[in-house]
Amino acid sequence: MADAPALSIRDLEVRYGAVPAVRNLSLDVGKGEIVGLIGPNGAGKSTTLHAIMGLVSARSGIVKLDGHPVLGRKPESIAHRGMALVPEGRRIYGDFTVEENLRLGLAARRGRYGKDVLAGAYELFPVLRDFRKRQAGVLSGGQQQQLAIARALVAQPDVLLLDEPSLGLAPSLVDDVFAALAEIREGGFAVLLVEQRAQRTVALADRTHVLSNGELRLTLGPDDAGDTEKMVAAYFA
Amino acid sequence: MTATVYAAVDAQTLADAVGLGAIYALMAVGIGLVFGVLRLVNFAYGQLIMAGAYTLAFTAHWRVVWSIVACFVVVVALSLLMDRAVFRPLRGASPAVMLVTTFAIAFMLQAIALLVDIRDDTIGEIATSIAPLNQPTTIQGVDVRKITIVAVVVAAVSLALVALLLLRTTIGLHMRAASADFGTARLLGVRANRVIAFAVLLSGLLAAIVSVMLTVQFPFVGPDFALRDTIVVLVGVVVGGIDRLWTATLGGFAIGFTTGVINGALPTEQTVFLPSAVFALVILVLLLRPAGLFAWGRGAVERV
Repeated sequence: MADAPALSIRDLEVRYGAVPAVRNLSLDVGKGEIVGLIGPNGAGKSTTLHAIMGLVSARSGIVKLDGHPVLGRKPESIAHRGMALVPEGRRIYGDFTVEENLRLGLAARRGRYGKDVLAGAYELFPVLRDFRKRQAGVLSGGQQQQLAIARALVAQPDVLLLDEPSLGLAPSLVDDVFAALAEIREGGFAVLLVEQRAQRTVALADRTHVLSNGELRLTLGPDDAGDTEKMVAAYFA
Repeated sequence: MTATVYAAVDAQTLADAVGLGAIYALMAVGIGLVFGVLRLVNFAYGQLIMAGAYTLAFTAHWRVVWSIVACFVVVVALSLLMDRAVFRPLRGASPAVMLVTTFAIAFMLQAIALLVDIRDDTIGEIATSIAPLNQPTTIQGVDVRKITIVAVVVAAVSLALVALLLLRTTIGLHMRAASADFGTARLLGVRANRVIAFAVLLSGLLAAIVSVMLTVQFPFVGPDFALRDTIVVLVGVVVGGIDRLWTATLGGFAIGFTTGVINGALPTEQTVFLPSAVFALVILVLLLRPAGLFAWGRGAVERV
């Protein structure tokens, strides 16, 4: 193997008390790849992301970021090592301006940066530039999602984790989010995408793992997106 | 009766009330900053001020400026020590545990102060060197104590600097983010320990400033120095609205100002009723505006 994948997970196990939430989960995400993680509610998708990011402690397993183990570290320390999570529900600071939200994303940025450090974010989502002095709380749901993604990206992470970015968005806005994700992949980021919209995720991602009851059951490729039978089977796996 | 009250609330009383309000506002900011990032009401805040006052008293034979420097060093060091030794290990504990812990620290510090103080067989020390600031000066026929002017100016400048720091600097942005939603802030890479240490440092600096200004007005320093003030400010902070720094600050100022005015308005032989009058007002305010006097447009919030 020439290059270690940007994100590598081996035999991850997370328990809530005695209840196993995630078991034997292994997956890799390479640079410039989108890997999907789909499955029914309560399958352990969010828990997986939280364990990777250090928000919940894993019982066992290995999580490597660019070849370095990160399990057991604090979330801010993992963020500084190049992992960014766009949390479910966006979690933007509604009382802060759009620009302040983006500047918060710089907290985890490594190395020096110039004054126009936010230019890239504004280029990806021009609406954020127009509203940069406004309170983020007045943005629409779709715009807030764009802000949450942009806030994660300004840190220039190696790995981007997204927890249901299309949740609660109107269909046309969902299109925008998925288009942005494709663009982000072009930028060379490694993306792990947790989603409920199975078909769209399978179509977009380089490969998609189906998680059920805390275990990976199946891996689908982009070609499987049209195969309804396989999609349905995946959910009953 | 009304006439005497009017006569009592003269310009001098108002000036004193503004001065007290300014000092209480600073204490409110000191308490509010730490509450913001730690969700911890630091009941031992008054004992930081007390430690500073004792430092001023024990170094009264030094040059005033060094005495004040020593006060700052002691208060800030004690404040950081408190964070490192107690708050950090307890982080994540329930608010009730943290609150009770700060009670314990408060009583411990008071006991230590008593032990140090009693060595000369008397309780209480007098901070003689900085007392001259308490002399009055006459502005347009009104006697205003110099400390009142100093207190108002220092408070205004300190508050402006804190506001600038919070609104214009990166560490300020991180502190505000940590106050609003600590979990998300950490997710974004905001370093919890750094932000908390900075808030505690800032809060300690404010306590030192308050130490100096209170000691000028009340140079007789005992183990319960600033205890009553802290309780009153804590009440003021809750009345103003503790979950926002500026409402907490306004609450601190308001209760200081009100205390000053009522104190001036009450005939001298009836000042024992001062706390009753102030706290009756507090009850009234909390009945009418449970979320805080200045918490406009927000629903009622659950309080400790």
